[in-house]
Amino acid sequence: MKKQTKPLYGQQNTTAYLFLLPWLIGLFCLTLGPMIASLYLSMTKFNLLSSPTWTGLSNYVHIFTEDDTFRRSLGLTFYYVFLSVPLRLAFALLVAMALNKGIRALGIYRTVYYIPSLLGGSVAIAIVWRQLFEGNGLVNQFLSWFGISGPSWIAHPDYVVYTIITLSVWQFGSAMVIFLAGLKQIPADLYEASDVDGAGKIRQFFGITLPMLSPVIFFNLIMSMINSFQAFTPAYVIGDGRGGPLDATMFYTLYLYLKGFSFFDMGYASALAWIMLVIIGVFTAIVFVTSRFWVFYGDNQEGR
Amino acid sequence: MHMPIKRQLVQAGRHAAIILFGLLMLYPVLWLILSSFKPNHLIFTSGSLFPTSFTLEHYINGWKGLQGISFGRFFGNSVLISVMSVLGNVISCSLAAFAFSRLKFRFKGLWFSMMLITIMLPYHVTLVPQYILYNELQWINTYFPLILPKWLAQDSFFILLMVQFIRGIPRELDESATIDGCGQSQIFFRIVVPLLVPALITTAIFTFLWSWDDFFSQMIYLSKIDLFTVQLGIRSLFDPSGQSDWGALLAMSTLSLLPVTIIFLLFQRYFLEGIATTGMK
Repeated sequence: MKKQTKPLYGQQNTTAYLFLLPWLIGLFCLTLGPMIASLYLSMTKFNLLSSPTWTGLSNYVHIFTEDDTFRRSLGLTFYYVFLSVPLRLAFALLVAMALNKGIRALGIYRTVYYIPSLLGGSVAIAIVWRQLFEGNGLVNQFLSWFGISGPSWIAHPDYVVYTIITLSVWQFGSAMVIFLAGLKQIPADLYEASDVDGAGKIRQFFGITLPMLSPVIFFNLIMSMINSFQAFTPAYVIGDGRGGPLDATMFYTLYLYLKGFSFFDMGYASALAWIMLVIIGVFTAIVFVTSRFWVFYGDNQEGR
Repeated sequence: MHMPIKRQLVQAGRHAAIILFGLLMLYPVLWLILSSFKPNHLIFTSGSLFPTSFTLEHYINGWKGLQGISFGRFFGNSVLISVMSVLGNVISCSLAAFAFSRLKFRFKGLWFSMMLITIMLPYHVTLVPQYILYNELQWINTYFPLILPKWLAQDSFFILLMVQFIRGIPRELDESATIDGCGQSQIFFRIVVPLLVPALITTAIFTFLWSWDDFFSQMIYLSKIDLFTVQLGIRSLFDPSGQSDWGALLAMSTLSLLPVTIIFLLFQRYFLEGIATTGMK
């Protein structure tokens, strides 16, 4: 390690870098290095067998001008993110508020509602989901009680995305646990004071609950958005693994995977990855910038 | 007497609604578990959730696995990967977190902000070069690509979790240890690590859960069937286009959820507190 002679840091400097050594090696060899490499590869044609040939921006040009699958998969992914994230957070907040009434057996209910988040990422649950939404699956059996004959949600290109969205919304439990913790932090006297002033429940929700929870909502929003953009397993298992039917499960990550590891067009896959990085970066930045207008940091709330 | 009865009714109604909705939430999981005990011809035809006749046949068939490799092997492989990942994350992240929260060193601000940025980085952007690197090292079809990043503290999320935890440990403890002649590494091992245990447990259980479920990386790096994990085994039992042995598939799917569920029930407190304090997953 570097010897540091500046008295300000002294021998702590060496010790600190020893403690940081594994992380630093990882940062350079597994994160920063590969990031630069993938930026370079995104401007080449590369199939893993022969060495990369420089093609400049042609991958990007092709993606933006000629690649219909790219456009469709990006649209599909946005659709998924913008439906599933707000729905998931809304459910989480509603159930958290229902549970936060000083109810008995809260612990058991919290556990029950958390279980979907615990198991939902597995291949097993994705397979169950596929089965539930099949033409003769349980969802349609349920609908038939009301005289509705549902389509095969899995096989129909217009509907399969909703199957995947329900799977994501079903896992609202983790966000709910965070909201529950946030709701506990809101001082009860705020509600009491507004009761005295004659404010109704709806007024209290928009005037007290939402502003006081806004830092928690902000954090949940950022993390759910970043994770949803990267969804893979549900699309891969509920679809046929190749984006079908008719590209209706061609999520962005799946497209990137197929380009890179099925067609071994690794330069193209790298370009797709960098476009994704920029998109996620832009959206995160938008949420951060607008947060000044809607995230309220009260005196006792520690902001993150 | 009028008010309390009305309030009790409201309370009971609320409980009923929460329980009903909870059952609806758990229905897919219950369906999976109970169907795995039904004979094949009843799995999709029987209207009742509970099996009218009970069989363990699917568990016996499913356990035989694929191409002569038993499902027990897949479980062993998954446990090996997950345990090694847990050890890696707990050790390497706690080392880094100690440096960030307690030590003074050059470029600390720079490194710390890089650590924060990598939390939000989508893994795709490093995916292809990492694959090339592991390919050059001839590590495809080994577990190194799945485990090494954990030993190099690349799940920075857990570093942040521990940094916040260590900041809550009173510095007076360090100072009195320094007076007693302890060096920084002794402070780490003797004072910080024992107090950090709750955060280490949170890290361990989430690392276990995430590496158990990490289908994407497992699929990319493992193609030999004797190296397969539980997730890969289940995906291979499942044939999206045609005939799957549904009984065996559901039985093995049920088993695949078991380790995670057991860990959750044992360490529930750490799970739920971990999520609540850090906003995980």
